[in-house]
Amino acid sequence: MDFTKGIKDGIPIALGYFSVSIAFGLMAVEAGCTWVEAMLISLTNLTSAGQFAGVTVLAHMGTYIEMALTQLVINSRYALMGISLSQKVNARFKGLWRVILGFAITDEIFAVAIGQEGEISRRYFAGLAIIPIIGWTSGTIVGAVLGNIMPEIITSALGVALYGMFIAVVVPKARENIHVLAVVIIAVAISVALRYIPVFSGISAGFAIIICAVIASAAGAVFFPVKEDKQ
Amino acid sequence: MDFMSFVPYLIVMAGVTYLIRVIPFVLINKKIENRFINSFLYYIPYTVLSAMTFPAILYATGSMISAAAGLLTAIFIAYKGKGLLVVAIGACLAVFIVEVLMMLL
Repeated sequence: MDFTKGIKDGIPIALGYFSVSIAFGLMAVEAGCTWVEAMLISLTNLTSAGQFAGVTVLAHMGTYIEMALTQLVINSRYALMGISLSQKVNARFKGLWRVILGFAITDEIFAVAIGQEGEISRRYFAGLAIIPIIGWTSGTIVGAVLGNIMPEIITSALGVALYGMFIAVVVPKARENIHVLAVVIIAVAISVALRYIPVFSGISAGFAIIICAVIASAAGAVFFPVKEDKQ
Repeated sequence: MDFMSFVPYLIVMAGVTYLIRVIPFVLINKKIENRFINSFLYYIPYTVLSAMTFPAILYATGSMISAAAGLLTAIFIAYKGKGLLVVAIGACLAVFIVEVLMMLL
């Protein structure tokens, strides 16, 4: 029952992943990967921003250290999400289950899981993860194999698919909760400042996300502490 | 790319990403009682996703005008309470329509 509900909740994520990962497959092939390599990256990483950055490191055959640091910085938000999720799962979701299912912590899977009423079970989380993994990997194959015959206007339109999903997570919550709206405005304001004020131009995109998230969330925690029952 | 030189990159990339996800998730087994930390963690997904989206979305398409159309459309549809997929497709369609119009004009 939990598993089935997870599967059902995972379908929209998977469809979004499918379209976004077409853009990734396309980019990976342009950077010099074969379609098999592009597929393996998606299957083992299951992350958008990290993979896009990783492929740019691959393209210029950067050092392994550069690759590791890039992933560490861009994906460190998953550590915060993992902590957050550890507070949300039920008592039986532990040990080996966390070792296995922790692989599937992504922005969207996390957001849907954390948005559930009450605690979540390992069955629900497994169901939630499985279709998006298939969608992300198969979209990558489609992009890698068919990418060069797709017109540019299609690939351009697909470029916003990922952000569309992010917006779909944030906006409804910001609409019902004015404190969330406030922290979102703070995060966006810092993000704009880091992007356009020349002094900050040395800060990488991945690190900038962490700075924004930490400052805005800390401000939220100080000024609008959340009541226990809201967790 | 030569597969044998690709594999070590893949291992580094996937290994680091996996460990970031799993180490905190596995190590923290107790409920955190601290109200500041709980509130901080409550806000994290929303601040991360909004910082990732703006202003980066403006550079995600062929032109900033079509990207802005995609952004506003996504916000509007999401505000109406539609799900992930509808919002993502709506944003893509808006970009597509604006780029077609820009080519025609």
